[in-house]
Amino acid sequence: MPLVKDGRPAADTWTTLADDAPVPADGAVIVSLARWRAERAALVARTAPVGVLLPSDAPADAPGDGIAGLALIAVAFPKFRDGRGFTTARRLREEFGFTGTLRAVGDVLPDQYQFLHRCGFDEVELPAGRDAAAWIAAAGPITVAYQAALRDGGPLGLLRRRVA
Amino acid sequence: MTYVAPRHRAGIYHYDEIDRQFVRERVAQFRGQVERRLRGELSEDEFKPLRLMNGLYLQLHAYMLRIAIPYGVLSSTQLRGLARIGRRHDKGYGHFTTRQNLQYNWIGLADTPDILAELAEIDMHAIQTSGNCIRNVTTDQFAGAAPDEVVDPRVYAEILRQWSTLHPEFSFLPRKFKIAITGAPNDRAAVRVHDVGLVTKRDGDGNVGFEVYVGGGLGRSPFIAPKVRDWLPEEDLVAYLEAVLRVYNQYGRRDNIYKARIKILVHQIGVARFAEQVEAEFARIRGPFYRLDPVLVDAIRGHFAPPPFEALPAVSEAYEEARRRDAAFAAWATSSVHAHRTPGYASVTISLKPVGGVPGDITADQMDAVADLADRYGFGEIRVTHEQNLVLAHVRRNDLHALWQGLAAAGLASANAGLVTDIIACPGLDYCSLANARSIPLAQEISRRFADLDRQRAIGELKIKISGCINACGHHHVGHIGILGVDKKGEEFYQITLGGNAELAGAAIGDIAGPALTADDAVDAVEAVVNRYLDLRTPGERFIDTLARVGHGPFKEMVNAAR
Repeated sequence: MPLVKDGRPAADTWTTLADDAPVPADGAVIVSLARWRAERAALVARTAPVGVLLPSDAPADAPGDGIAGLALIAVAFPKFRDGRGFTTARRLREEFGFTGTLRAVGDVLPDQYQFLHRCGFDEVELPAGRDAAAWIAAAGPITVAYQAALRDGGPLGLLRRRVA
Repeated sequence: MTYVAPRHRAGIYHYDEIDRQFVRERVAQFRGQVERRLRGELSEDEFKPLRLMNGLYLQLHAYMLRIAIPYGVLSSTQLRGLARIGRRHDKGYGHFTTRQNLQYNWIGLADTPDILAELAEIDMHAIQTSGNCIRNVTTDQFAGAAPDEVVDPRVYAEILRQWSTLHPEFSFLPRKFKIAITGAPNDRAAVRVHDVGLVTKRDGDGNVGFEVYVGGGLGRSPFIAPKVRDWLPEEDLVAYLEAVLRVYNQYGRRDNIYKARIKILVHQIGVARFAEQVEAEFARIRGPFYRLDPVLVDAIRGHFAPPPFEALPAVSEAYEEARRRDAAFAAWATSSVHAHRTPGYASVTISLKPVGGVPGDITADQMDAVADLADRYGFGEIRVTHEQNLVLAHVRRNDLHALWQGLAAAGLASANAGLVTDIIACPGLDYCSLANARSIPLAQEISRRFADLDRQRAIGELKIKISGCINACGHHHVGHIGILGVDKKGEEFYQITLGGNAELAGAAIGDIAGPALTADDAVDAVEAVVNRYLDLRTPGERFIDTLARVGHGPFKEMVNAAR
């Protein structure tokens, strides 16, 4: 699937595994939350990075104390209207100190890209068939933001800062 | 009348270059979205949340564009700009809503980017006037002027406006989210029927803090908001609201649009557990990141500095003399002139409820007239009330008679503010795609029935509120007499409720008073209820107080008999 990372198209170096697919010896893999819970020891014993896909109804604490073993957390957006993932991402970053890659997966609109970014996401996996460059062009940047969020740094200023 | 420019302007929040840049970027973004939609690159399903984030609805006959009027405050320049847009892009008028906003009801999709660009020129926009996000924050129309005010709520309303604008985490909530704030013990902002209601107050040492109510609302399942915190220090306002929204965004229901408001979450898990979750989140995030710096609060307060009032005697001889001389003026003054905290000044309600008119409608010419009068007599500032009227907050009592003459010349001197014909009504089935029945013709008919001003004044304070469907945009649940339009096998019927009240103390949802009636019968029933009140009341007793004293029985009889 095409990725958008730091506002540019990017290649996806991760493989998303179906629950019944064998875990390859090498290569970065993303597994379901259930599989992560069931096979965590084996997954972290590999030398390659492992990531988990959180469904939209999974709270940010779902990966549990194994969060440090994760190099990537993908957060599902089943519908663009379902905004739970924005909070999940902020909690992962701010409450659980997750420093790995945060990826948004699913039905995401270009106009949500900046919101995702400011909530701590690093990258977006586009739905199949979307052209990453056109998707990015459609986003139309807003360079002013009024509230404290991730990536802006510093304490709450005059309720506003430039983000780009 | 000759135009007189204001020598001084009332303090309102003024955009700086960063605010302007933000709005211009947003217009450019929306222009791109509209072009993508017109080219077919965006489906209506994809475009819908984007247009709603910019206040654009698809109604029965046309697009409707809802303009944000932050906490109901406008400069005269902005009101003239709204008049211009109404002439150029609508049918020469606009409609003020119960959320202190303005709607244009006859908009073409392709025109909207240009309208938004014209709005940007007057430091306005339509962001977040719809969609499942934090909506325009509303407040007391007499803020900064009312004698009973403890703290000016506009300062915090502006802080919340900025904080909630394109909030990255809370723009795709389970459902819309409305915050109301008051700074006076007499609540004129109906805070307990909002998702969050804030009562600004001071402690014994003069520190500012907030009483917080969460989970109020009207619509299909009306609730009066319970209090979740008695004292929230000023510096924690943003942190605490982040916590409330975060709990809601995670746990609010998304499976059923009718159960998605925060009131349902609070009701289902109970206010104690909800408050616990909020407090836990608040404890986690409280800190420098979200702390509201007093320096920032002072800077924003500076925008709302009072205009330079003259030292005047409390009593204006000119005004008193005009009242004695001119009965029509005296009648208008009784309903429209409100006490001001500064001697010699008054706040003035401009009724947008002429007999037989559409509640909240105003022509472009009338907007211009009000802007001119505001410049001449009101420091160039206008307020929009949730009762769909306008207010000039600071007028010299010496000028009231001249102001009234100016309003009369513009057809804006209805003397019915606060009386039985000062009816709130949603647009209803004349415009709205959600409505089950028309609201406007019923409001018009009731206002014709009670047109006699002497009769209205004898009746006194009585709030009639009409909604054309259960979504309750006309606030019928909290009308002293509420009227709800329902559809019965394709015909319009009206359900009457009694005893609703939007005030902080005594807030209540009205009780259903009998069977749904036809429009004609509903008007008869309202009249019969009012007549019964006149029979039953003790001297000086308001309708709502008589109802509380004698119970609903005698009035329900009237409603039942009207069928």
